[in-house]
Amino acid sequence: MTINKQLNGTALTVALEGRLDTTTSPQLEDELKSSLPGLTKLTFDFSKLEYISSAGLRVLLGAHKTMLKQGEMTVTNVNEIVKEVFEVTGFSDILNIE
Amino acid sequence: MSELTLTATTENIAAVTAFVDEELEKLDCSMKAQMQIDVAIDELFSNIAFYAYENGGDATVRFDYADGVVTLTFIDSGKPYDPTKKDDPDTTLSAEERQIGGLGIFLVKKTMDSLDYRYEDGKNVLTIKKTI
Repeated sequence: MTINKQLNGTALTVALEGRLDTTTSPQLEDELKSSLPGLTKLTFDFSKLEYISSAGLRVLLGAHKTMLKQGEMTVTNVNEIVKEVFEVTGFSDILNIE
Repeated sequence: MSELTLTATTENIAAVTAFVDEELEKLDCSMKAQMQIDVAIDELFSNIAFYAYENGGDATVRFDYADGVVTLTFIDSGKPYDPTKKDDPDTTLSAEERQIGGLGIFLVKKTMDSLDYRYEDGKNVLTIKKTI
């Protein structure tokens, strides 16, 4: 998985490319741990994300909880597979998905 | 039928996925079904890697196909564990109350045709079926 970050003031866009699964989720978790402090807006661009498993959901939930306290988090450009995972798990009710 | 036996580690999930994807591509499987199966592999093989063995061990993944249905069987000799007995998570809870435990198995149940478990000859045998 490739992680591309673009910071604009206190707004960060994180574009993921590949698969967010058991193997790659720790990589995203580490990136976010150092990036989240001070952010007011976090946007995930999933246009190049193939799929997500529960390991990825765990990291997204953690980021969502952090951002609830300091700003907002949005997930954009989800494909059919990712959307199904969000819907089945109820994450579509928790996350702000555009 | 074809099968792959390897050490049950999270590092080997990619090898299992590659093995299964290669079989699926021969069958002209839809991209959607392939991705759903790949997610199921991540959930099931990671469970074995994390919980089956105290000091490491092997797992076998068997691939079968008949009449439009793919059957994947995950076999390990670790401690007996039936994931189908786990209660489904409450998917209506708020972010603050959310637990991630159990979500992976739940996802597999929802996206595959079936998920079955049996304990046989000292082995955990977990089978998923998916119409492709």
